[in-house]
Amino acid sequence: MDSVVLIKFVPDLVEDLEIDPQSGLLDRSFLRLMPNELDDHALEEALLLKERYGGTVTVITVDTGDVDEALYTAVAKGADRVVKVTGEGFDQGVTDRELASIFHEVLRGMPCELILTGTQAVDDLDGFVGAMLAERMGLPYVGYVTKVESQDGTVIVRKEYPGGLTAEIEVATPAVLGIQAAEKPPRYVVTSKVMEAMKSGSIDEVEAPDVSVEDGVTVSRMSVPETGARAEMIKGSVQDVAAALARLLRDRGVIA
Amino acid sequence: MTGQVCVVVETLRGEVTELTYTMLAAGRRLADALHTKLAALLIGHPCAKLAETLGAADRVFCVDHADLAEFNPEAYLRVVAAVFEKQMPRVAMFGHTAMGTDIACGVAQRLKLPLAVSCRTFSADGAEPQYSALICGGKIIAEGPLPAPHCLVTVMSGGYKADEGRVRKTPPLETLPVPARLDAVRTRFKQYIEPPAGDVDIAKQPILVSVGRGIQNKDNIAMAEALAKAMGGVVSGSRPVIDQGWLPTTRLVGKSGKQVKPKLYLALGISGAPEHAEGMRDAEFIVAINRDEKAPIYGFAHVGAAVDVLELVPALTEKVKAR
Amino acid sequence: MSTASSYEFLDKVIKATPDGAYIRKCLQCGTCSGICPYGFAMDHPPRSLIAALRADDWHGVLESDTIWLCVSCFACASVCPVRIPLTRGLLATLKTEMLVGGSIPQELQTALGNSRRYGNALGESPRKRADWTKDCPVPVPVLANHKEPVDVLWFVGDYGSYHPRVQLVSRAMARVLHALGVSFGILGPEENSDGDTQAFAGEWGLFELLARKNIKAMTKYAFDEIITTDPHAYNAMKHEYPRLGFDRPVRHHTQFLLDRIESLKGLFRNPLPMRVTYHDPCYLGRANENNIYEEPRQLLQAIPGVELVEMSHNRALSICCGGGGGGMWLDGFSWEKAHARTTEWRVKEAIAAGAQVLAVACSYETPRFEDAVKSTGNEGKLVVKDVVELLAEAMFE
Repeated sequence: MDSVVLIKFVPDLVEDLEIDPQSGLLDRSFLRLMPNELDDHALEEALLLKERYGGTVTVITVDTGDVDEALYTAVAKGADRVVKVTGEGFDQGVTDRELASIFHEVLRGMPCELILTGTQAVDDLDGFVGAMLAERMGLPYVGYVTKVESQDGTVIVRKEYPGGLTAEIEVATPAVLGIQAAEKPPRYVVTSKVMEAMKSGSIDEVEAPDVSVEDGVTVSRMSVPETGARAEMIKGSVQDVAAALARLLRDRGVIA
Repeated sequence: MTGQVCVVVETLRGEVTELTYTMLAAGRRLADALHTKLAALLIGHPCAKLAETLGAADRVFCVDHADLAEFNPEAYLRVVAAVFEKQMPRVAMFGHTAMGTDIACGVAQRLKLPLAVSCRTFSADGAEPQYSALICGGKIIAEGPLPAPHCLVTVMSGGYKADEGRVRKTPPLETLPVPARLDAVRTRFKQYIEPPAGDVDIAKQPILVSVGRGIQNKDNIAMAEALAKAMGGVVSGSRPVIDQGWLPTTRLVGKSGKQVKPKLYLALGISGAPEHAEGMRDAEFIVAINRDEKAPIYGFAHVGAAVDVLELVPALTEKVKAR
Repeated sequence: MSTASSYEFLDKVIKATPDGAYIRKCLQCGTCSGICPYGFAMDHPPRSLIAALRADDWHGVLESDTIWLCVSCFACASVCPVRIPLTRGLLATLKTEMLVGGSIPQELQTALGNSRRYGNALGESPRKRADWTKDCPVPVPVLANHKEPVDVLWFVGDYGSYHPRVQLVSRAMARVLHALGVSFGILGPEENSDGDTQAFAGEWGLFELLARKNIKAMTKYAFDEIITTDPHAYNAMKHEYPRLGFDRPVRHHTQFLLDRIESLKGLFRNPLPMRVTYHDPCYLGRANENNIYEEPRQLLQAIPGVELVEMSHNRALSICCGGGGGGMWLDGFSWEKAHARTTEWRVKEAIAAGAQVLAVACSYETPRFEDAVKSTGNEGKLVVKDVVELLAEAMFE
């Protein structure tokens, strides 16, 4: 079961997100980037599959800056090979469509049974990387996967639907899976092991291929939703409050 | 459906999903603003029954086949792409769900069309229709044009009321032939797995009715459960409630329990101490009921009311049930 | 490489500390297990752990997860008749093995992951580490902006910087320092967690990473000494940072303030007529025989009106608040296993001693004990304050 895990770096939401007044878009100088949380789950699932069925795990990411620690952490966790795709302007951000194109080219020389990536990321705007990559590669795709089991030539995945319902879906390999959650929470790896990986491991560097990306959607402006510093207090009797709340929740589409 | 607004209907286990009605509400308004019609693309089996509540659309296009009875990402992707290739809508709407997103991205890639995900609302005041999406955990609104001549979007709930899109009337149906070869599909739906009869995973629930010390005793938990049931959610709690044994540890929200991000977090009699806040402050909509106006929870709840929890809960349950 | 046998593990324990070989002298007297606050809930409290290792039951030891109940309070190490370095040598090393083997409660994993990524266990933005100073009624110089030498570098710590309750302690400390005319500064966003608790949770690699970041920041500035409101930071800087090449004088805030007791007395304005009991933090007292017991008491007794009473477990016998060794981030786990909280035990002792105020001197303690006051139903009967908060109350409006 040779698998490839694709990781993308996304804004860390712990920091305040600021809008650059000039471009009207996210001010990237203030951003702290971190590996997409669901990609961490994808890596965990890949490692679990390796433990169960053997094979190798390759991790690939695009170098948006400061990605080495995450790659060495993957090595310390058990990844066999880690690859960094370098190129101009990546630190300015890469769209999902661009990522799908880049990964498509890079994967041409890497045969594998499964490609795993987080089903979505917080900064997705023009699509989901895994789903678009699958289409480019002509491979079947299933997203929102929470479990993977192997069977000769196919995998059986557990797909999650709203409300806790799940379904078993059989997919022929090679295939691309969008992981919603690994079967176990992503493992912890002690800092000393990561330090060891930094000393003895290595990161393969690949230059970004020239890719053609068709027009995606454009963002003309970004803004921060207005939030009051404190809660809006509903006044009145218990009946007034109950009525107001019920109305509010219906208006928001939270309840029927 | 060429040049129209088209909603790709979502069905799950023989029922049209709530989000579909939200999309129909959105689609109706957008179609009207663009002076075009609203179409719905319904894939399933049997379609006629499923179309009964799709009256908001001007016409429902059905692709009916036994192999399409349950959602299959690859099969549905092929069908939608094939249909759109022949009659491409101006804007095609998919649900931002495990079903809609699986196919929207593939269709966008196959037909080389722009796609905007996580959209909440649309508008068409000026020259070009616009989308508004909520990204980065709800911290950023991204807006832009819906590119002409054709584009796709995925739609999240919250921008329109589902009721607005729910019209119990079967619109004119047009059956489309199954346009794609379904036998060569490499994906196969096997079976649904029911959620375990054991306790729920509160992290996966869209609505949490959460109780704190203010619920006062174990007997009052039942009224919180009644409210939760009426709203389609489950009960969770802060540490004091779990410590007392009034709720199992699986229901604990907070530093020592679960981190939750539901659509609605109703905090009843919870002060909002940091250890609890850590588990729920990223919820989409937080409503806090606490007699103490200075309770820390009001610092990050969206809406609050300083009334008695034990009085409010039954009153709210009544209002929620009365549709 | 993971350890395969008891002998390999014992070897690691022996090498972990200078007097590690004393473990061979264990008499199996059981005093350690007897004094351990969570020994009753452990599969292998210290004595039994050594017995299991001697019987080469390494797998049995690894199978149990109750080592995570150990709060590294040094009670066992302080009473061992043959002076085995149990806390630092045996227990911390076992926790490291558990981490290497992938056994770690989820809550702790989050705190350690946060420490790695953000330099604080709470997962807050490092940029906002000095935000607490904005609401402060006196200026708190951040050294990166201050550009002048100071007498004192005040190491604030994670909780003092980010936790709403402990920020009040930091505010009180700033006011007192200002009133005393002390020239001081803080590292602010350049400060990282001292790493002490993470170390005792088994993550010595993480400790070193955090320590080196702090050392790098501190060596940029000119100051005479370091003071800290956090005994964990005190302990780390006194005993561990020197082997990483950083050996500067460090004192706990109570020691520093006691030096200035005459000035403080001149600034007391409001008498505090209350019965106060003082809780000895593990890392100020027992840990590494730091033995700072009297200074905080002398400060309290100098406040007009204060009547000092003692709890039955005081000084070297003090009962841990449960925050050390990773315990601060394992409350869910320890409740599941033990159904008892040391903080509740302590609060009951304070009340039994007739106290109205429980005075503390560690950043973990104010929120932990306040929580226990609520959960034991003693709201209104007992108030929790850091020593410096009481000083501030006596000095200011």
